[in-house]
Amino acid sequence: MSSKTVFPFVLGFFWLLTGSIFAAEVNVYSARGEDLIKPALDQFTRDTGITVNLITENASALIRRIESEGVNSPADVLLTVDAGRLYRAKEADIFQSIDSVILKARIPVAYRDIDDKWFGLSLRSRVIMYDKSRVDASELSTYEDLANPKWRNEICIRSSSNIYNQSLLASLIAHVGAGAAEEWTRGLVANFARSPQGGDRDQIRAAIAGQCKLAVSNTYYLAGMLISDVEADVEVAKQVGVFFPNQGGDNESERRGAHMNVSGAGVVKTAPNKTEAVQLLEFLTGDFAQKFYSEVNNEYSVRSDIPVSEALRGFGDFKADSLNLDTLGRNNDSAVRMADRAGWR
Amino acid sequence: MRISNLSSELAKIIGKVNKVLTPKVSLWSICVWLLSLVIALPIIVVFASIFFPSEDIWQHLIDTVLGIYISNSLLLMTGVSIGVLLIGIPPAWLVTFYRFPGRSILEWALLMPLAIPAYIIAYTYTGLLDVAGPLQSLLRETFDMRYGDYWFPEVRSLPGAMVMLSLVFYPYVYLLARAAFLEQSAAAFEAARSLGCSPLRAFTQVGLPLARPAIVVGLSLALMETLADYGTVQYFGIPTFTTGIYRTFNGLGSSVGATQLAALLMVFVLSLLLLEGYSRRKSAVFEAGYRRPASRERLRGGRLVLCYFACVAPVVFGFVIPFAQLAAWALVTFENIFNASFFQLSLNSLILAFSTAFFALMLALFVTYAKRLSGGFLNETAIKILSLGYAIPGVVIGLGVLIPFAWLDNEISAYTLKNFNFNMGLVLSGSIFILIFAYLVRFLPIAINSVDSGLAKIKPSMDEAGRSLGRSPLTMLRRVHIPILRGSLLTAVLLVFVDVLKELPATLLLRPFNFNTLAVRTYELANEERLAEAAVPALTIVLVSIIPVILLSKSMAKSDYKNDEITRA
Repeated sequence: MSSKTVFPFVLGFFWLLTGSIFAAEVNVYSARGEDLIKPALDQFTRDTGITVNLITENASALIRRIESEGVNSPADVLLTVDAGRLYRAKEADIFQSIDSVILKARIPVAYRDIDDKWFGLSLRSRVIMYDKSRVDASELSTYEDLANPKWRNEICIRSSSNIYNQSLLASLIAHVGAGAAEEWTRGLVANFARSPQGGDRDQIRAAIAGQCKLAVSNTYYLAGMLISDVEADVEVAKQVGVFFPNQGGDNESERRGAHMNVSGAGVVKTAPNKTEAVQLLEFLTGDFAQKFYSEVNNEYSVRSDIPVSEALRGFGDFKADSLNLDTLGRNNDSAVRMADRAGWR
Repeated sequence: MRISNLSSELAKIIGKVNKVLTPKVSLWSICVWLLSLVIALPIIVVFASIFFPSEDIWQHLIDTVLGIYISNSLLLMTGVSIGVLLIGIPPAWLVTFYRFPGRSILEWALLMPLAIPAYIIAYTYTGLLDVAGPLQSLLRETFDMRYGDYWFPEVRSLPGAMVMLSLVFYPYVYLLARAAFLEQSAAAFEAARSLGCSPLRAFTQVGLPLARPAIVVGLSLALMETLADYGTVQYFGIPTFTTGIYRTFNGLGSSVGATQLAALLMVFVLSLLLLEGYSRRKSAVFEAGYRRPASRERLRGGRLVLCYFACVAPVVFGFVIPFAQLAAWALVTFENIFNASFFQLSLNSLILAFSTAFFALMLALFVTYAKRLSGGFLNETAIKILSLGYAIPGVVIGLGVLIPFAWLDNEISAYTLKNFNFNMGLVLSGSIFILIFAYLVRFLPIAINSVDSGLAKIKPSMDEAGRSLGRSPLTMLRRVHIPILRGSLLTAVLLVFVDVLKELPATLLLRPFNFNTLAVRTYELANEERLAEAAVPALTIVLVSIIPVILLSKSMAKSDYKNDEITRA
């Protein structure tokens, strides 16, 4: 045998070592934590017999990893927890358009990409939370009002390195313009009760402990505290009021609704298992997965026919901002720089 | 006649030995350089980023946050330096030269904080001392006060970070200072005392200067860990150089900008390392034959109280309190987290830690031994470059590993596809291999440091004796050096082992599919703001790390015991 005939066998052997290649499988790069996705993926495997391989990491790193791996990347699906990162992945040209009747029928236009490169799977709102004993809901109105000097030293919000804050600021840039948003950021920073630290739940706890009156947080964090095993968290959460901003007002911008974000996914351009990948996305918009998102992590479903979890129901109905989600991604860079300039750590 | 025969025979042998040795020496050098090049590949990749344009990011950074990043990082380093020296040196001195009840327990207990990852100590103290934590809540309830009515230090602040990092990194200083004190001839200390020096003066005038090189090494390890730390400063919301690198990468989406920041950090660290080498240039301290440890003086009264404070406080604040908090959390959430897959996590962590420690030891032996055999400026430089990895944030190392290996994989695939019509995909990327490689880039420096400092203490005349007896370098290593070095080798293995268990950012970026570690699990839960749940894997990291830490202490105690034996003999 010549070396030319032996070589492929040797290589083939190593290739076999690197993973199973015969069973149907789909490879998922997920920015959603394992606990918040794995049970749904396991159900997918039970339903279809398709093995799911999972890596979790933050979206920027996963996008970079897919880019570096190039044409041979094993990634089929990229899951993120923020629309801005979906936009960035699209801009990096690592997604392909997916033409799926099921996805289009289930997901409203507002929550999927115009070129069908990504699809929203669950929704969350970023809202104002307050200590019910010290703040009356009538004192609250809009996100813009958070920069009002009447809240001096009364606002707790986490670092602007956090993606949810970047997206909130990006939405403000879109609604009120860069100039006004910059001013708003400075006003907000001036109202900080403390330099940003910890996560959303920490802001809620600080508000109830009396360090500030208002906290900015995603809806599911408070809902998670309400149903927590940790009794102290439940006690804190019961004292918190939830206010959905920008529900009414004099002009269109003030009435735009509460800031929304999606967790979503797209199929990678070089996906080796495209069919399975599409199948998985369809599954994730199905009844089982949507109920999982809603019940386990207290998110809002992208489908109107899936009931809202009990904890979320307590927060009440609200009007959601219908801003095109690509905008969050497009303004992300400006938002980070704006925060840097304003000294929002 | 016989004698002249013998001498000519000897001359022949020496000639042969020379012939064999001379090319071998340069071969060593070449090997070391090749190895250094491979290990330094990620560092080179990071450095090469300087030559890529990064649009206007630098202008933006300079205008806004760069100054804050630099000043906060420098302040943090200063604070941690003071912290680790103050916390680490006094107990090292006390347990070496004084006798007091509980001494032998404290001797190893002082190493325990090594088992606690910096980000975990940050979580636990925040949980305890935060405005919403039990302590402040109790304060408010008991005295019917509201927030703002009383003064309480803010945990999540720059000083808070200094304290947290000092509490977990002081063992590096303690470990090396203690080893140095043990090696000091008791005669020097006793002479100082008999000449009328107070114990304090003997310590500051004799003990401390002699131990300085070792202390500087310990300090530089602590500082490199400080620079590479992301978890603590991020959680505390302190903008430092490291959080800046992450923010530039994640927020501004610029991996070029981020790696350029990292390159800047590397230049800074390299100058520190050169400075450290310069400060050590004259110190060539070899084992002074039979050492006699000081007969330990007994402490009484006020001094004993002070001594207990210096030795017990670091253990209580650096280990007992965070451990207790973790255990309290874990009790609540145990059932949710502890299941069959949990053993798999622990197993993954252990396998990674063991294999990395093994390879690190082999490579460290190779590199330091080559340096000993052939010496020279070039090898010194190679080792300096290898040392850089320790101060580089894990995510940057991860990127530095990811990019060249993915490129190599793709080139090989393209080649096989073209020539054999066969695409093998990515072989190295996404395998455990590159994960271990990344760990080596990051942690080889500590292994090299330990082995090198051990080897440096063996007199070169011993090598010369061995070689003149015709022993090959390999036999010398096996028969002479390794037995003497046992303590240093064990230190190298255990430090790498514990560090790999705690490592997070590179693991997150490079791990294969369906492969989690304890650190990853801790991070994921903590990232979802479920600190109580995160306590179970965190506690497991601590418990697993305790084993090597105890082994380390035992080996230290043993070397101490051996000295006693020698004294008695």
